[in-house]
Amino acid sequence: MKNYSTFGEVSFFQKVKSIDFFLLISIILLGLISIIAMYSTDISDGNFYHSFNHALRFGIFFSLMMLMSFINIKYYYSLSIIFYILVLLLLIGATFFGTTVQGSQRWINLYFINLQPSELMKIAIIIFLARYYHRVQPDAVNTIKKFIIPFIILIVPILLVLSQPDLGTSVLIALSGIAVIWLAGINIKYIIYSFLGLVISFPFVISMLKPYQKLRILTFVNPDRDPLGAGYQIIQSKIAVGSGGLTGKGFLKGTQGYLDFLPEKHTDFIFTLFSEEFGFVGSVLLLILYAFIIFRILVIGSNSRNYFGKFFCYGFAISMFFYISVNMLMVLGMLPIVGSPLPIMSYGGSSMLSMMIALGIVMSTRIYSREIIN
Amino acid sequence: MLGDGIGSSVRKSKLINRRMFLASAAKAVVFFGIIGRLFYLQVEQNKKYLTLSDKNRIRENKLPPIRGEFKDYFGKIIAGNLDVYELHVIPEQVEDFRVLITRVKQILELSDKDVDKIFKTKKKQKPWETIIISDNLSWDEFSKINYYLYDLPGLKPVISVGRNYPFNESYSHVLGYVAYASKEDLSSSEIINQRHVPGLRVGKNGLEKTYENQLIGTNTIQRFEVNAYGKRINQLEVQNGDQGNSLRITIDTEIQNYTNDLLAGEAGSISVMDIYTGEIIAMNSSPSFNPNDFLYGIGSKEWKDLNSNPFKPLINKTISGLYSPGSTIKPIVALSALENDVIKPSMQVFCSDSIDFYEQKFHCWKKKGHGYMQLKNAIKQSCDIYFYEVARLLGVDRLNETARRFGLGDIVLKNFFANEKKGVFPSTKWKKEAVGQNWYLGETLITGIGQGYIQTTPLQLTLMTAQLANGGNKIYPTLIPNNKNLEEIKKEMELNEDYDLPSSNPPLVRNKENVKFVLDAMFKSTNEVYGTSYSSRIDDPKYQFAGKTGTAQVKRITEEERELDRKLEQIPYKERDHAWYIAFGPYKNPRYAMTVLIEHGGSGSSAAAPIAKKLFKKIIDRHEEREKIRNNKLAI
Repeated sequence: MKNYSTFGEVSFFQKVKSIDFFLLISIILLGLISIIAMYSTDISDGNFYHSFNHALRFGIFFSLMMLMSFINIKYYYSLSIIFYILVLLLLIGATFFGTTVQGSQRWINLYFINLQPSELMKIAIIIFLARYYHRVQPDAVNTIKKFIIPFIILIVPILLVLSQPDLGTSVLIALSGIAVIWLAGINIKYIIYSFLGLVISFPFVISMLKPYQKLRILTFVNPDRDPLGAGYQIIQSKIAVGSGGLTGKGFLKGTQGYLDFLPEKHTDFIFTLFSEEFGFVGSVLLLILYAFIIFRILVIGSNSRNYFGKFFCYGFAISMFFYISVNMLMVLGMLPIVGSPLPIMSYGGSSMLSMMIALGIVMSTRIYSREIIN
Repeated sequence: MLGDGIGSSVRKSKLINRRMFLASAAKAVVFFGIIGRLFYLQVEQNKKYLTLSDKNRIRENKLPPIRGEFKDYFGKIIAGNLDVYELHVIPEQVEDFRVLITRVKQILELSDKDVDKIFKTKKKQKPWETIIISDNLSWDEFSKINYYLYDLPGLKPVISVGRNYPFNESYSHVLGYVAYASKEDLSSSEIINQRHVPGLRVGKNGLEKTYENQLIGTNTIQRFEVNAYGKRINQLEVQNGDQGNSLRITIDTEIQNYTNDLLAGEAGSISVMDIYTGEIIAMNSSPSFNPNDFLYGIGSKEWKDLNSNPFKPLINKTISGLYSPGSTIKPIVALSALENDVIKPSMQVFCSDSIDFYEQKFHCWKKKGHGYMQLKNAIKQSCDIYFYEVARLLGVDRLNETARRFGLGDIVLKNFFANEKKGVFPSTKWKKEAVGQNWYLGETLITGIGQGYIQTTPLQLTLMTAQLANGGNKIYPTLIPNNKNLEEIKKEMELNEDYDLPSSNPPLVRNKENVKFVLDAMFKSTNEVYGTSYSSRIDDPKYQFAGKTGTAQVKRITEEERELDRKLEQIPYKERDHAWYIAFGPYKNPRYAMTVLIEHGGSGSSAAAPIAKKLFKKIIDRHEEREKIRNNKLAI
């Protein structure tokens, strides 16, 4: 029986062979779809700024992912706390000294990139908690001692992001964290207590919200309340999706998109644009592609011999599900517009970077699935 | 310890996998929920959202319909179209209204007052309603605006359709005029409502209003694709509209213009009719107004002036003016008496200067009286005393019956004008119903000379004269050429002696000899010495005509005034008699009948008959031209 326990003993060829090609091809496919969709958003502007940037980022970060795939998972394990702290520091920096856009201070200028640390935090929280629960026995999870650290690790970035203010991202960070904690075996009643606590603190949260966020929640309840103002986005998004029909209006022919009726079509509403042009069939196929990617990540997780990889893959799979469903439910008018990108599809470097980092670790989990971390 | 470790490790794996399985199930549910939602929006409700999406992106631009033209009998355009350059704006579609208007003010060099007006209009209207910044741009201004249009988003230069009446006031009372469609126009006509665009002009009066639905035409519709900011991206299609139907009318512009000259400076009316076809050759009312003044909306001062003008330029006196017909009624009174065998033409009456009936004095117009009179002479010299006697013997009800048959007291031009008046031809029954009193004999007497309750429009007298002149046959007055065959009409009129046989031009009398008698008397009245209009005769048989004067009192003359015997200039204008003249000709082979009315003109013989003489010459001179058109049945 061969021992796969150390880095040096596996040949590069064997590593390449053990890549999950289903996942790899799915990611490439998703990348291509995203570039096509981005190209369509550029049509009305007459330049290819967004599609070019998007393709460039995809290329760079995809290469990063490939590179990360071949790095032994144990290094990620050992670097996880440092990564978390680094991202936390960036987050603090962005929250207090960052660039303000549309009333929200969430970007930090790193000269070569305008980084949104809260996006990275979505992944950092999973890495940290995966590492933390790697060693914790199921019996110990529900002890106060083993609960207090994850709680602090989770609540600090949530509060920071909430104060930026960025409701969407903070909710997604919370959901990602809770997913891992729950997987580790926490008693469901703790989650219920926390939820009740949240409900009690709701007035406090509301008071922290910016007026535009309050408006968004009111608008979600009744989009026709102000059809030209805050309800505009939801109404136009539903019109775009609905008018797409079974097979869509055709590539570059989505009128809601190229005539600029669709708000933020590059970012949060990219799915709407895609759905208008490719219809129900295209949308369902895209959803199936996402589901397949999640499925492959779960398979990789279940085959991992180490808990770090397992927790990370499972946690990331659930988080990715949250990103996708929150975004889609939002643009389909079933959740308030909170601002959350669709993984890989949406324009935005930080989101793409964090997705590729996560997928890199997933691929590494696959290649080093037999690695045992002590 | 190790076993424990392995045991707990297995438990941990199991726990994670169990929870992951649960999570995956939940994920599947949510994904199916998303698919369900997509299906609902994209398949179930596709139609609804497709419509909404089209509503978002497609803007329709309705252009004003092009109105049909009016042509005279000879095909000359009497109401045409012209391009009007307008500037519209819809406040809702403008980002910064104030900035836009400031720019427009600079470009068009508008005054502060103009700008104030625009802002006032904006306040009054809903934000999606069009404001017409200017309805009267010159071509230079219009091109200038188009040149700067790229940085004036929301501004709409519009080429609209305006009306042009080349003969100014000549046709105002016949055609009416067009002006901007009002709220009432929109609510009363479905067609106007459908085809309305800001700045659309519709008929307000006359034939322009009557034939609105035929004239209006259909809109050209341009469909544009616009983006979210309302900017036009491209044109999708153009659906061309049709110009409205053009209408040719029976009037001869030359004669119409001439009537305008003849009536200049007077308040009055002229109408001329073909006695066989019923076609109206000229129809004028004075004073008139210039319908072109209404093109850009008439000023409130000008409108007030028109309304308060004592000579009533806005009233079409020919069909809406009601007057006592005076002596012009006498041919009908004589005809009625003959038809009813009440008198013989040889009946003699002595005219002193007045006659007493039941202690009331009735005067003849002629001081010292006419002496002994017979019927023909009484018509010729218009002896009032004789007609008091005829009326007394005839009675008002039998007179009413004959007069009604000849068209008095009823609408002449059916379905042409909304404002035509019926007037009154009294009877004992009418008085009971309308006044609530019994009829007095004295009222019969004054009805016999065309005074009292009797009220006619000038056109009614024209119709009456025409139906006498054609030998006593019914005709149907019209303003639209009917292309009837003249010979057929004439033949039918000759053959149809029987009073009760169905016919398209049935006889109106029992004995056509009675009509001939009356026509002969009218001839003598014009062409023999002592005739009331002898001085206005034309001896040339080509132009020779016959007529009857009328001088209608507008108030009761007191005995003192009768004694005073003032000259016309000494009487206040409003108290002067109306001057009438009815005529037909050429006498040998009559074709045209006419009525001239000069309000407060004094006597018929001095004020109205000379006008008829001039007009007759013109009409006969135009006759051949007109017949050419008729005979060729030229499609004009």
